[in-house]
Amino acid sequence: MARWPWQRATGARPVGKARRTREVVTAEGLRLTLTLAPRGSRVAALLIDLVMMFMIMLATGVVLSRLSHGAFAGVRKPQNAGLQGLIETLQVLWILALFLVPNVWFVWFELGARGATPGKRLLGIRIAARPARDGTAARLKAEAVIARNLLRNIELFMPVVFIAGALNAGSDTTLAGWAALVWFGIFALFPFLNRDALRGGDVIAGTWVVEVPRHRLGDAMSLGQGAQGISTLTGAQYRFSEAELAIYGEYELQVLERVLRDTSQAQAKALQDVSQAICAKIGWTSGAGDERAFLEAYYTQLRARLETGMRLGKRKADKHDGG
Amino acid sequence: MSTILPRWFSRRDTAAIAAAQQASLRSDRFRLEREADWRRLETIVARIEAGRLRAISDDDLVALPALYRTLVSSLSVARDTTLDAATLAYLEALAQRAWFVVYGPEITFRGWLRRFFGGGWSAAVRAIGPDILIALAIMIIGTVIGWLLVANDPDWFYALMPAQPGDPRVPGASHAALLGSLFGKGQKSGLAMFAAYLFSNNAQVSILCFALGFAFGLPTILLLVHNTALLGALLWLYHGQGLTLDLIGWLSVHGTTELFAIMLAGASGIHIGRAMAFPGQRAVLDAAAQAGRRTATVMIGVVLMLIVAGLLEGFARQLINATAPRLMLGGAMLVWWLGYFFIYRGKGARR
Repeated sequence: MARWPWQRATGARPVGKARRTREVVTAEGLRLTLTLAPRGSRVAALLIDLVMMFMIMLATGVVLSRLSHGAFAGVRKPQNAGLQGLIETLQVLWILALFLVPNVWFVWFELGARGATPGKRLLGIRIAARPARDGTAARLKAEAVIARNLLRNIELFMPVVFIAGALNAGSDTTLAGWAALVWFGIFALFPFLNRDALRGGDVIAGTWVVEVPRHRLGDAMSLGQGAQGISTLTGAQYRFSEAELAIYGEYELQVLERVLRDTSQAQAKALQDVSQAICAKIGWTSGAGDERAFLEAYYTQLRARLETGMRLGKRKADKHDGG
Repeated sequence: MSTILPRWFSRRDTAAIAAAQQASLRSDRFRLEREADWRRLETIVARIEAGRLRAISDDDLVALPALYRTLVSSLSVARDTTLDAATLAYLEALAQRAWFVVYGPEITFRGWLRRFFGGGWSAAVRAIGPDILIALAIMIIGTVIGWLLVANDPDWFYALMPAQPGDPRVPGASHAALLGSLFGKGQKSGLAMFAAYLFSNNAQVSILCFALGFAFGLPTILLLVHNTALLGALLWLYHGQGLTLDLIGWLSVHGTTELFAIMLAGASGIHIGRAMAFPGQRAVLDAAAQAGRRTATVMIGVVLMLIVAGLLEGFARQLINATAPRLMLGGAMLVWWLGYFFIYRGKGARR
């Protein structure tokens, strides 16, 4: 039985960012976790693109009209056939630009290696092919990019044409305005009516919009003296017993990692707080001034312990986890 | 693992491996030994993303697939052995970016063009054959409806074709006036602009025809009926003055191409509408996506056909001022399109 786009799969609903993550499996058998782009980013990206296209069209219009003005300069009536031809060419260029810019802009950029228009790129999102039902990652096809952008014509540009047409014909503009609004509303709401935030074009093309993750590779943590447990400041060596390390789990380890990697002003304070908390927990008396070395030593030894457990198939999620 | 690519190790990499001996954690040693490969992959990926393919050395391009596979295995090992959140996040992000690059759009633009003209386009048209028949039937019905409506009540003519001041094509027009509209001297200048205008107008209509298929194809059908009803009304008008053949000649110059294109656009819309209304065993989303991708190829062709039609209408029709050559040109275009779509089977048809 076919499932409609607006029907939810049964099962518990995840919350927060987890609601936006989707797993795909590549041909190599690698699980990739994609994060769907938030709807707000997509709207913002679209607005940026529209502004950019508008600027381009404006610039084209100004250049072309300047050129034709230049051609007319000094000639009262364009009798000259060559001049006529030139002006005609400019008009043709203008009509073609009006058609081509909005239709080609999206396709051209989304077919590139980034899979993103300038607006999407600024917002850190891109388009990708939706995976098959079994989660197998699919390749983005040229046809898909074309199809999803052809749909833009009815989603976005048609209400405008609708109103403009009504204004032109001098008929009841309020009615046309309402019709356009309803029409636009249907497509604008479409991404809210399905789980994957698909708009009409995504449905037709089999695509979706995902975030482009960017992370710098941080330094390796277990290099240097601190990780050996030797304080560079005092020369003291920190060694923690099995019982002292068994208190915390992976969650606390990662909090500690964030504190140690943090380079902001607040770091010194955070280091103090965390080391006090740990000392209180494991029953040490905390000294002052050597927190960094203390925490680096604790981090390294805790990670070594947890990773050894991991290799043996034993994991401890956090301090409440018995494992 | 790094021994997969031993030839490419630089002195710096060797230094990194020396550093790895120093790291006290096993997972950090794992990371330091492979870091150089990851960073190299990251540089290549960033260059491809930026479109600076020329900035990538041949060595790098050759190494890309191997580097990608190295990264994939690094990531799956790291997921099971390291608790370094920053490194994991980096690997996950890099794997995604690299995947998009390695499995990016399947072919280059030029390759796609070659496939498109070398049979891909006609194969896509043949694939929606039933829908083309439906669209053709609707267009014929629309024409007949238009004719019958106007024949019963000439006022319908104005409803179908909003009167424009100075247009001689109205019910009750004289033979001479109608003849003049077909063979008018017409200004020979301004043709290029006329052609461009016609193209952009028709292209918008056909894209609309396609895109409206999204609403289960019904608006597409209405749009087809409306447009062809106009044709029926015109036929009735000229028929009344015995000018049917001349009108057909006038229309056929570009009409065989243009109406063919609109028929294909309508068929594409109907194809999508049908796939969504009757997805069969497939999920609605899958059915719609399949239909959308198949018809997108047809639609690119439609836009190209409309460029041809615009040129024919803008230039050829104004320059050829007799019915017989007009009919011949229109007929030749029709034969060409039919032959290209339904007889020609190039290599590009294999996908």
